[in-house]
Amino acid sequence: MSQVKPIASSNDFVIKFANVNGSGSASANELFARAIMRMGVPVAPRNIFPSNIQGMPTWYEMRVSGAGWLGRRGGCDLMVAMNPQTWDRDIAEIEPGGYLFYDSTKTLPRSRFREDITVLGIPLTEMCNREYTDARQRQLFKNIMYVGALTALLGIDFAVVEKLIADQYRGKDKLIGANVNALKLGYEHARAHLPCPIGLRVERSDGVGDKIFINGNDACGLGAVYGGATVAAWYPITPSTSVIEAFGSYCRKYRTDPDNGMARYAIVQAEDELASIGMVIGAAWNGARAFTATSGPGISLMQEFFGLAYFAEVPAVIFDVQRGGPSTGMPTRTQQSDLISCAYASHGDTKHVMLFPEDPYECFTLGAQAFDLADRLQTPVFVLLDLDIGMNDRLCKPFDWDDSRRYDRGKIMTAEMLDAGKNFGRYLDVDGDGIPWRTIPGTHPSKGAFFSRGTTRNAYAKYSEAGTDYVYNMERLRHKLETAKKLVPAPVVQMAAQPTRSGAIHFGSTSAAMTEALSLLEAGGVHVDAMRVRGFPFADEVIEFINAHDEVFVVEQNESGQLRMLLLTEGEVDPKKLIRVLHYDGTPITARFIAGKIGDALSAHKVTPIRKQVAS
Amino acid sequence: MTYLAKPKLLRADAPRNAVGYTRRDYEGAISTLCAGCGHDSISAAVVQACFDLDIEPHRVAKLSGIGCSSKTPDYFLGASHGFNTTHGRMPSVLTGAALANRDLIYLGVSGDGDSASIGIAQFAHAMRRGVNMTYICENNGVYGLTKGQFSATADKGSKSKRGVVNNDTPIDLVALALQLGASYVARSFSGDKEQLIPLIKGALRHRGPAFIDVISPCVTFNNHAGSTKSYDYVREHNDAVNRLDFILPRDKIEASYPAGSLRRIVQHDGSILHLRKLDTDYDPSDRVGAMNHLQERQALGEIVTGLLYVDSGAVDLHRHLNTVEKPLNQLGDAYLCPGSKALDALNASLR
Repeated sequence: MSQVKPIASSNDFVIKFANVNGSGSASANELFARAIMRMGVPVAPRNIFPSNIQGMPTWYEMRVSGAGWLGRRGGCDLMVAMNPQTWDRDIAEIEPGGYLFYDSTKTLPRSRFREDITVLGIPLTEMCNREYTDARQRQLFKNIMYVGALTALLGIDFAVVEKLIADQYRGKDKLIGANVNALKLGYEHARAHLPCPIGLRVERSDGVGDKIFINGNDACGLGAVYGGATVAAWYPITPSTSVIEAFGSYCRKYRTDPDNGMARYAIVQAEDELASIGMVIGAAWNGARAFTATSGPGISLMQEFFGLAYFAEVPAVIFDVQRGGPSTGMPTRTQQSDLISCAYASHGDTKHVMLFPEDPYECFTLGAQAFDLADRLQTPVFVLLDLDIGMNDRLCKPFDWDDSRRYDRGKIMTAEMLDAGKNFGRYLDVDGDGIPWRTIPGTHPSKGAFFSRGTTRNAYAKYSEAGTDYVYNMERLRHKLETAKKLVPAPVVQMAAQPTRSGAIHFGSTSAAMTEALSLLEAGGVHVDAMRVRGFPFADEVIEFINAHDEVFVVEQNESGQLRMLLLTEGEVDPKKLIRVLHYDGTPITARFIAGKIGDALSAHKVTPIRKQVAS
Repeated sequence: MTYLAKPKLLRADAPRNAVGYTRRDYEGAISTLCAGCGHDSISAAVVQACFDLDIEPHRVAKLSGIGCSSKTPDYFLGASHGFNTTHGRMPSVLTGAALANRDLIYLGVSGDGDSASIGIAQFAHAMRRGVNMTYICENNGVYGLTKGQFSATADKGSKSKRGVVNNDTPIDLVALALQLGASYVARSFSGDKEQLIPLIKGALRHRGPAFIDVISPCVTFNNHAGSTKSYDYVREHNDAVNRLDFILPRDKIEASYPAGSLRRIVQHDGSILHLRKLDTDYDPSDRVGAMNHLQERQALGEIVTGLLYVDSGAVDLHRHLNTVEKPLNQLGDAYLCPGSKALDALNASLR
């Protein structure tokens, strides 16, 4: 058949499913990913989907990595080509020596295949038509059938998949039987007609451990429940919508009053993003923990309100699941390109707190922490994740919660404190941290009421256009944001095995690919210290890290180097020291890309020949 | 403009209401609006209504947008928390506040530019959502702070102070409120406190979105010949459908009204609205009838005032969302955080 030797690899390869969206393939593909994880082998799946409901091409890319690398690898070792529309480009994408699995019901001319790959055909449509009469069943069970065939081809234990189906449809015996039947048909056909197993194998391992498998949006919704949020106002927008859906379903589960079935939460789908953030600010002004979830276009629409919340000092939590911009951009593709529009959102001099979770575990923990920070600092807090970790299920550490932890509601003056004669100046810095005290409406019959506004005022919240009052307030706000540096989560440092003058800074979802890239570089003899920034305003350690290195690569997923811009502005560092490593085509960044860029840059002026080792 | 500070000393014999407050306790900062501004009369009516209803000032949250009207919450209820939000966005901020604490009374103050132009979407959606609030639009048909541009409620053909004629069709917020599901809809005139005060009282005691459009002439930019929002024009064209008497459940009910002209409406909290009918055919519980009447009289060039519609059995947003009785902003950690045990179970289901 081919001159190229078929790829042989155990627990380290990429499978890509090419499907038509709306065909029910997503759940079958996910089932398959879970089956591999039940074998103890880590999997990082990614949905690559169009901004469309039905009929357009969609891909599900599954990286199987016994070593536990969860970043996107790139390339494809086994293509499951189920979409005739994209056949040619799908075939072209397969690595030399790779495999093609397809529905062989209709005979295709040899010219539609490649000589350097192994072709594995099963007449799926024919088998389904023979087995089922209902059109919907034919479609759905075709998906399960190919899962069965792949189970055989990759040497996965049939019983594992069977048990998974039983777990998934627990209590619905009819569905279990029908699905297992379809699975078996595919499995047995492959065993009888194809060379099972192929060079790509899944072998039992213990790489998964106690890890959980969940997407970042769900984790954010759960974080909001644990963080004590009671009011959510939102407007649907890809890729953030499921944050609110998850919040709603966790609330129904955990926040329904057991006595009367009433809700200890309120979720309102607003008429637009302006109203969403307006409701959040109104609720938080009134003492409830409130949040919204949105994406870039929503951030643009909310700008005026961010300025109000910053200046009137009202807490708010915003989950921004970033997608490709500008404008409508790439709504179903990933990017980290809202840093600048969040960091200094709104007109005038503003600065906002941002948190950067790396995975669903941190979406949960930082998501919950955002509510404490917003209350403590009385300001909007942005949790910036992105489509890659927001919408794709990801293996991560199991969630944990310390039951002794109490919510930090910040500086709220109570009726007792007012009665005790505490001096209440809404915008007065009494503690030297720039954070004033506030009262919640309805606190006291005669003390502590104030008028919130976006206009300038004095320390006692009285309207004032006096320059001294304005300057006092602006300087206090700046001081408050200095205080924030010490409260946001500290950066995470990964020092190289050997002392080095080179560093790399990254944040958010880049983490998985970055960690792998460091390992690739290390293997090639290139040593780079790495820092993952988790909060803004930057902790002093971030700037110290830059100062401690001769050059620092700033690795991020946008076109203009937005994290780099923030580092330059906030840290007043020499621009020449910060070298851009930018990936922004809408696909998640890969370790190969990062290692290639950093390796090239370092070898160019140090003549260290590492390119060959790290890039492929 | 009133520059003189009000004396702080209170006469010992100043009357107190049932909760022990004097009328002065319901006042706010000195108004910075123009002398004779209709908005100040509305502020005075709010003060009187809250005093009469024995509302503790700190149980009211007053919110507004941007504009002359939106400055007024600073001038009444100084012991209430207030929030002067952004232009046209008061309804959303009020909605959020109302979600956080269902026990306070929410008073939203807006203007015609704030509600009918920049904020028409939020106005509309707050009404249809059933937010429990009193929403007063201080309507003068003009942008005062930016010196006299027409707003979206300016009548077609009306003339600005500079002589410019408005060619755009006006938006009638009362008609919109009726159509959008407001459950208490009224229109009044800032120069008619006898009508306005009971309407505000009824609105404050109403559960659901209560909207009052108050024609409030702008003495500086919209009180000239050719304006359809001037004191003279409104007095001449006012067509009141009823006169409202607001009665609290504890008040003695007078039976001296002439039979046949009185309509009694009991609100959810037991408060009673007595409507002395001026127009014998008018039925304020008929939403479709109210819309028809409004259109018919408008075609004749008349400004219909009074309580146009009330649904005394209305339910609000909290009912729709089935939220717990205790205000959400008062739920303690134990009611909000599911804890580590629940998380362990959840982790197990994610493997």
